[in-house]
This record gives sequence, C-alpha cells and structure tokens, in this order.
Amino acid sequence: MSFLELKDLRIHFPTDDGLVRSVDGLSFSLERGRTLGIVGESGSGKSVTSLGILGLHKGGRARISGEIWLDGEELVGASQEHVRRLRGKKMAMIFQDPLSAMHPFYTVGDQIIEAYRIHNDVSKKVARKHAVDMLGRVGIPQPDRRVDSYPHEFSGGMRQRAMIAMALSCDPELLIADEPTTALDVTVQAQILDLMRDLQRDFDAALIIITHDLGVVAELSDDILVMYGGKCVEYGTSEDIFERPEHPYTWGLLGSMPRLDREPTERLLPIKGSPPSLINVPSGCAFHPRCVFEERTGGLAKVEVPELLESEGGHLVRCHLPAERRRAIWQKEVKPNLEAS
Amino acid sequence: MNEEPLLSVQGLEKHFPVTKGLLQRQVGAVRAVDGISFDVRKGETLGLVGESGCGKTTTGRLITRLIEPTGGKIVFAGHDVTHMSQGRLRPLRRDVQMIFQDPYSSLNPRHTVGAIVGAPFRIQGIKTEQGTKKAVQEILELVGLNPEHYNRYPHEFSGGQRQRIGIARTLALKPKLIIADEPVSALDVSIQAQVVNLLEDLQGELDLTYVVIAHDLSVVRHISDRVAVMYLGKIVEIADRKGLYESPMHPYTNALLSAVPIPDPKRRAGRERIRLQGDVPSPLNPPPACRFHTRCWKAQEVCRTVEPPLETLAPGHQVACHFPENVAGSLEGVLGGTASTGAVPAEAAPAPEGGALA
Repeated sequence: MSFLELKDLRIHFPTDDGLVRSVDGLSFSLERGRTLGIVGESGSGKSVTSLGILGLHKGGRARISGEIWLDGEELVGASQEHVRRLRGKKMAMIFQDPLSAMHPFYTVGDQIIEAYRIHNDVSKKVARKHAVDMLGRVGIPQPDRRVDSYPHEFSGGMRQRAMIAMALSCDPELLIADEPTTALDVTVQAQILDLMRDLQRDFDAALIIITHDLGVVAELSDDILVMYGGKCVEYGTSEDIFERPEHPYTWGLLGSMPRLDREPTERLLPIKGSPPSLINVPSGCAFHPRCVFEERTGGLAKVEVPELLESEGGHLVRCHLPAERRRAIWQKEVKPNLEAS
Repeated sequence: MNEEPLLSVQGLEKHFPVTKGLLQRQVGAVRAVDGISFDVRKGETLGLVGESGCGKTTTGRLITRLIEPTGGKIVFAGHDVTHMSQGRLRPLRRDVQMIFQDPYSSLNPRHTVGAIVGAPFRIQGIKTEQGTKKAVQEILELVGLNPEHYNRYPHEFSGGQRQRIGIARTLALKPKLIIADEPVSALDVSIQAQVVNLLEDLQGELDLTYVVIAHDLSVVRHISDRVAVMYLGKIVEIADRKGLYESPMHPYTNALLSAVPIPDPKRRAGRERIRLQGDVPSPLNPPPACRFHTRCWKAQEVCRTVEPPLETLAPGHQVACHFPENVAGSLEGVLGGTASTGAVPAEAAPAPEGGALA
C-alpha cells in the first residue's frame, strides 16, 4: 500500500439549496518523496479534498465517505482526537493566505513553539531554539531576532516562509500546500517554489500542491491530477499532462493560458461557459456542456458518467472518446492551435 | 505616425503624506508614483507591469483623476487634465473609463444590471434615440451577455459574467481610453481567456485605446503592443512587446521574466534563473539613486549614488539603468546574454551609456 491512498472519497455538504457534491469519488495514491499537483478551477473540489485529508471537516456538517489511508492507518473512520494528534506531526498544511492563517496576537516564534511542544515533550527553551533553527532554514534573515516578531511585521513572502517553517517544525511526512504562492509577487513566488523544492528533498516528505496555476504545477510536480466538478478527469505524470494530455478540459486549460515560452498566439482558446454549480452538476460527463468534442460521443456524454480509465502507463482519463481518437484529436486538431503559426 | 498621442503623462508624481501625532504633522511621504512619463498612442494597448507596491494602480487612478496628482502633467486628447476641476472634467469623463479588478466589489449589489450599465447615461445626462434601455441592451449583447438579463442583480451572475457587466458599463458612453486595472486576475483560468479575447475584440470593433495594469507578465504580453515595467514608483523600462520580452535591457525586467513559472516540465531542469533576494523595499523610504540597487546583482558604486535616467537605447526602447543588458554595440551585448549568468556580479564594464549610443 502507498504512503497516502484515497479510495472513492466523497465529501458532500447538505445545504438549504440542495446537496453540494464538492468531492465525488476521488481516488489517488502518493508515495513519500513524490509531489502531486492538483489542478482545477474554483469550485472543483481541490481545497475541500485537502481539508478532508487533514480531517478538518470532522465535526462539521460534511458527509464524508470512502477511505483515506495514511501510512497504513484509515482516517475517515478515525476519531477526531486521533486525527488531531496526527495533524502537525504526521501531516501538515501550508495555507494560501498566511496573514489570516496566523494568529495576529502571538509572535511567530510562539506559534511555532506551541505546535512543536504539543507533539514533543521538550522545554520552552529547547522549543525556542528549534523555532529559530526552522526560521533560519526557510531563509528568514536574523532568525534569532525575527522569532519574536508578530506576523504583521513580516512581508508577504517572509510570512509565507514562516508558515512553511511552522508546517515543517514537527517534521511531517505529508505536506499539503493549498495555493502556497497565489498571494505572492512573481519574484517572491519563485523564491518560495525553490524553497519548497529544496525542503521536500531534505525532508523526503510526500507533497501535495493545490493550485490553479499550471506553471506552478509544472515547476514542482511529479504527478498531476486535474479536477473538474468534484471528480478527477485526468491523472498522469507531468509529462503526460503537458505533452500528451487526453482530456478536453485539460486541452482547454492549456489553450486558455498565454505562455511566455512560446511565440504569442493571435488568440487565446478559452473554454466556453463557466464552471458548473456543484448542486446541479450537469448530467453525464460534468464537462459536456463546455466540451467542443461532446458531439463526437454520439450523445453518450449527456447521459452517462464516463469512467476514469487507464489510457497507457498509469495515465488515467475520464472521457467517453476512445483513447486512440483522443490522441488523434490532440495531435491533429488541438496541439497545432496552441502553437503560434 | 507622428500623430499627437491620445494620452501623454509627463513627470507624474503622487506622494501620500504620512502624518503623526495630534496635530497630524507630516513626517514623511509614501512616494507611490515618483516622476513617470509615457505616451499612449491612439488604438494601442500599453501594458503596465510590476510587483505589488510599485505604483501601477496609483498611476491608473491618477490618469482617471480619481486621485489628485502631487506633481507632473497629464494631457488627454490635447487637454491638460492634471488639476482640472471636477465640473470641467465631467464631459471628459465619458472618454476615459476604468475597468476594475474585483467584479464582486465593483458592482452595487442592490442595483440591477440595467441600472448599473445605464448609470453612465443618467449621470452624463445623455439621451439616446430609442431610450436608455435599448442602448443598454445593445451593450450587453456586445459584451456577450443576454439582453434579457437587464433586470437581474449582480449576485445572479458568475465572476466572469460580472466582469462582463463591468466592461459593459465601461463601454456605455463609447470611451476613447480605457484603463483596465487587473481586469482578469480575479477570474478562473478558462474565464480569463474569454475576457482577454473579449477585450481584444472590442478594441478592434470600437477603436479603443487601452492601458492595462497587471502583474501577470504572460497576460500582459498577450494583450499589449507596448509594455512599461515599474519598480517602486518609477518606470525602469518601456518598449514594444517584442523588444521587452525578447531582449529586456533592465536587470529587473530580466529577473521578472525569469521568475515566471513555465508550464513545461521538461524545461524545469535546464532553465537558468535569476533569483532576486528579499522583497521590494518600502516606498516610504526608497533606496537612493537607482531604486533597484539593493536587489540587483550588477549594482556598482555608481548605482548607489547617481540615479540612472530613462534613456532611449534602441528605437522605441527606453531603459533606466547604468548597466543595461542586450544593448547592441555594448561590451555585454557582444559577450552575449548576461541574462543567464544569474547572480554572478557583472565585471566592471565601461559605462555603457556612451558606448550604446555611439
């Protein structure tokens, strides 16, 4: 069994307007030392998945089913108390907005010390030394002084570094980063991405990075999972996704994005329409109302939910079109349009 | 092409006072925009890029006169609007409009789409032939919204549709110049592309001139004809799109471009990167002389003492740097692309200003 394994995870929220199927049958596995990128637009269920793995929906209104196996332990059925003990120690999270994820009344050092002392029976002095070490490791200058600073005294990039220090302070084996660089400027983003790559190598943790930015995913990930409407629509190595993508939604994402590494195209090729509501997920394939190739399934996409099937070598695709046909469409119809003439 | 530019900005400044104590004594100033000059020609798109705090949004607000400039001059279509009174400015307002970043907070939640898009007609007192409603519905159709949505409220629309409502309001009075402040950054990737395409189509149809303010360098490259790069209230480089993206001269531009993540896993290993250290300094107390010297790997003594002027080093390509890169004829240009040497300090090259111009 893999280090982390999700089997048919479903996270549904009952609301007055109906049942919101945020995550609807998600399965994947991840080994130590590997990085998985989860890509999707707002409302695709990527953040709900990450909170679900950490057990942060427990005790709320969410209806969770399926299995989450972390290092041989099942977490969906585990008690809140048990998952709480794993959090921080075994798995940790880096949030998007470090200003709202940190407590403004406590110094950065206090917050790291608190987390460290919950999981390790050490004196305050030892914990403080550890906090200074961690801040130094993530590249904060003069960590012995900055340990006593409050979050508001840090700049955006420094705060994100401090968050990473906090997440790594107990040496977690699974690290989930939810849009870790979205709030940052591009030069600072590059610093943080470098830092995360180096730290992952040093700590040999399993890393899940959740983002809407395909560039960030390409920088860090070994494997990529594309989510749409609460489901995985395509999964593969980053080469699979960027060089041999097979799902029309992935094609759409690639066509929507202006790229600096290619000659500028005349027009972007957006996906028509907008992401679906998770209360009224379209029938059949959730992507069919926006799909250019929907007609070629002979109406099947409207009525039947496609299975997530292996195309080749671990590359999974959820689409009614046969694999050879998808590859032909990508080569002949989609790829040429993405490159400038 | 020796036409008068549609918009001309000369030495524009905006300093926000910082006050202290009971008497609100001024103790300093945030020099958000500190002497920038550029022209925008009719029908072109100028991109304004930079990191947060560089003054790009303030520049947009100064041009639209939403805030009062501290110094400098703004000339729009031959009128000096720098300190024009609100009353005299009003007729000009219909020619300069703004698209805002956040489609959630820039639309009044208690107004219908019809009221929002029709507001410019009401405020400017403009009567149209078939009535305002008809005019509004035509505009809604133009931006790809259903004219039947006239009586709906903003909350009934998705983010992308809301941004279209904002664009419809902007277009209501057929403006000449549109300032778009981060028009797509709040939208999902697939929706971003729709809005970018819409902006380009409208430009063709309605003969619009854009100033697009954005932090996303790939979006700016896609949409702009010329691009200005700002750093701490100054323009450090301004050039046409090809010149700026293919042979950037300012080290900061180089660093910005190399920091953009490229969605190509194969290039991850081979790519040489310039890594800037630290963050952007505070505009409250910007570094003296060249403001970039604290983070620049090429900085020499002269960068700390003499401020580099914005000079034309190639046709249509202006740079403010003592040691520019990619300059034809200079020593560094001959040596070929110091861009890839990363953080290695540049050897003491002769001051290239003279050499480059010769």
